[in-house]
Amino acid sequence: MHGSGIPIWFFIGVLLVTYGLMILGYGVYEWHTGSYPPLVELTNLHTPVWWGGLLTALGVLYVVKFRPGRVR
Amino acid sequence: MSFLKAPASPALLAFSAAPLAHLRSLDIAVIAIYFAMVIWIGFYLKGRSNTGEEFFMAGREMTAWIAGLSFVSANLGSLELMGWAGSAYQYGILATHWYWVGAIPAMLFLGLVMMPFYYVCKTHSVPGYLNLRYGEHARVLAAISFATEMILMSGVNMFAMAVVMKVVLGWSMTFSIVVSACAVTLYVALGGLRSAIFNEVLQFVLIWGGALLVPILGLIQAGGVDGLKRQIIANMHSDSYFHLWRDTAHFADNPMGVHWTGIVFGLGFAISFGYWCTDFLVVQRVLAAHNLRAARMAPIIGSFFKMAVPFIVILPGLLGLVLLQNPDGSRMQLIPQDTWKACVPMSSDCAPLLKQTSLSPAVQKDVLNQKEGPQSDLHSYNEVLPLMMVRYLGPGLLGLGITALIAGFMSGMAGNVSAFSTVWTYDLYKPLINKKGTDNHYVMVGRLSIVFGVLVSIGAGYLVQRSHGIMDYVQALFSIFIAPLLATILLGMFWKRHPNRRLSGPALRHHLFGEPLRMGPPLSRQAGLCGAFARRQADGRKCLSRAVGLSFHSHRHFCGQYVYQAQAGGGVGRSRLWRDPAAQGRAGPVLQKRVAVGDAGGVHLCGAQHFVLVASFFFLR
Repeated sequence: MHGSGIPIWFFIGVLLVTYGLMILGYGVYEWHTGSYPPLVELTNLHTPVWWGGLLTALGVLYVVKFRPGRVR
Repeated sequence: MSFLKAPASPALLAFSAAPLAHLRSLDIAVIAIYFAMVIWIGFYLKGRSNTGEEFFMAGREMTAWIAGLSFVSANLGSLELMGWAGSAYQYGILATHWYWVGAIPAMLFLGLVMMPFYYVCKTHSVPGYLNLRYGEHARVLAAISFATEMILMSGVNMFAMAVVMKVVLGWSMTFSIVVSACAVTLYVALGGLRSAIFNEVLQFVLIWGGALLVPILGLIQAGGVDGLKRQIIANMHSDSYFHLWRDTAHFADNPMGVHWTGIVFGLGFAISFGYWCTDFLVVQRVLAAHNLRAARMAPIIGSFFKMAVPFIVILPGLLGLVLLQNPDGSRMQLIPQDTWKACVPMSSDCAPLLKQTSLSPAVQKDVLNQKEGPQSDLHSYNEVLPLMMVRYLGPGLLGLGITALIAGFMSGMAGNVSAFSTVWTYDLYKPLINKKGTDNHYVMVGRLSIVFGVLVSIGAGYLVQRSHGIMDYVQALFSIFIAPLLATILLGMFWKRHPNRRLSGPALRHHLFGEPLRMGPPLSRQAGLCGAFARRQADGRKCLSRAVGLSFHSHRHFCGQYVYQAQAGGGVGRSRLWRDPAAQGRAGPVLQKRVAVGDAGGVHLCGAQHFVLVASFFFLR
C-alpha cells in the first residue's frame, strides 16, 4: 500500500505464518501418530505438512519483506 | 442441526440435513483468529481514517496491485464461489464463460477506456460522475438506486452466508448473521474503505490458500484432466460438459441451453459491462488508487487473477461430477436448489420436483418415504464446493477453507456497506440535507450510515428468504439497476450530443414514470403508457418495442430507454432554441428538425440497446 503505515502484506504475512504453523504442526502430529481423520481422502499425501509448510514459508517471506520500518 | 421445528423419529432426523462438516478445535481456532485479525485491522486503521478522503476513498493511496486485488476480491464473494461451482456441476465448463467472457473484456475496457473519465474528475462515486455530466437530478436518482442496490446485495450476502453456515456447519442462522454483522460493522465503521480494502486483499489470499487444495487433490485422485474427462463422459453420457463454444449454435445442444449470441452480446456486453464498468462497489476500489496510471492498471491486474478463478471454482464443480460419493460408494448425485428446499424438510412439492432429477426411482422412493438409506441424503448443486472441501481437507485445512468462505461473504457485505456509506454521505446527505457540514461531520455521518446500512441489510436478508433462489434475486437486481445505468454512462462519456445538464428535468420525469413501467403492470397497459408517453414527446412516433414483440423484461427495459432517448432528443432541440431568442420565430420547423435528428439518433441507439437486451434475455432465461 502506498503511503506510511504498516503495509497490508505484513498483516497477510502474519496470518499466513500463524495458519501455516498451526496446520504444519497438526500435520506432523497426524503423520507421527498415524491418526488420520476417517472420512478424508488422500491422507497418504500428508497434505497438512506440505501445505502448512508452504503457507509458513510464504508468510515468513511477506513478514520479512514488508516488516514495519524497513527502507524500500 | 435439525431444520425441523419438532424433531420426531430418527428417520425424520436423517432428513433434517445434518451438517456437512464437523469442526474440530483447530478449525474453530483458525476461524476465531481470522475474526480477531479483521477486527484488529479495523482498530489499527481507525487512526488513519479521520478525514473524508481517508475514510471514504482510503486517502487515494492504493497501489495498482492493492487496488487490483481488492477490485477482484470485492466481487469474488462466496456467493459466486459456491454458486458457480454449482453451475459448473450442473452445466459443465460453459460456466467458465461467466469469467472469461463475462468479466475480462469489461475489466479491460474499464481500465483502458473509462478510468480516465472517472479518475480525472476526482469524483467520489459513479453518481458523482453523473452529477458532473448530467446534473444534480441524475446524481440523486442514481444514488438512490445504488444505495438501495447496495443494501439489498449486502442482505443477500448475509443471508447466503447464514444458509451456508447452517448447511455446512449446523450453525443457527441468527448466530451467523449477528456475528458477521457485528464484525463487518466494527471494522468498516472504524477503518472505512481502507479497512474494507485491507480485508478484501486478505480474503483474496485466504480464498486461494483455502480453496486451491480442492482442485489440486481432486485432479490427483481423478487421474488428471484426461481422467476427469473420461469419467465425466462415462457418467454423463455426453462430452458437452467440456466444450466452451462447440454446442452453442443451438439452444438444445448444450446443458445450459444458451446461444452464442446471448453469451457474446448479452453476457459479454450488456451484463458484464453494466456491472464491471458502472457498479460503484468495484469502481470505488479503483478510484482509491494513488494516480491515474495505477487506476488504469488495477483492473488490468485484476483481470489476470480473474482469469485464474475458474481453477478454484469451475474445476471443483466438474470434479464433483465424478468424485463425490455416497457412503455405499455409489456416485452422489446433487439436485437443484428448489428441489432440495422442497424435500428438506419434506413438502408436497417434493415429489414432482424429484421426478425431474436424475436420481434413480428407488432412491426417489426412499426419499419420499423418508426411509434412511446410503443414497437418500440429499444435497443441492450449491453444496458441491463445501462437499469437496469436506472430502479432502482435514482438521486445520477445513477450518481454512471454511474461513475462506466466511471471508468471502464478509468482504461482500463490507464492500456493499462501504459503498452505500459513500453514496449516502456524498450523493444524498451532503447535497440534499446538509451542504455546509465540516469534513469531520461527514465522516461521522459515514460511520453512522454503516451501522444503519448493516441493520437494514439484516432486514433485507430476511426478505430474501421469500424469493425463489438467491441467484434469481441477484439477477432481478441487476436487470433493474445495472443495465440502464450502463447505457446512460456510456452515452454520457462518448456521445457529445447526449443531453447535458439542462435536461435533468425530462430525464427525471422519465425515471419517475419509467420506474413504475418496470415494476410490473400488465403488458398491454405498459405498452399503452409507453406509447402515450412516446407520442407526446416524439411527435407521434410509437414505442418501438411493441412492433418487435419482446419478452416482458426486455420490453419494459427497452421501452424505458426509448422514452428516455426520445425525451433527450427533444430536449437537445429545446435547449439550443432557448439560447437563441432570434430563433424563436423559427420555433416550429427548427424544433421539429432538431427533435427529429435527436430522435433518429436515439432510435438507432435504442435499437442497439434493444438487441443487447434481447440477447441478454436469451442468456438469462
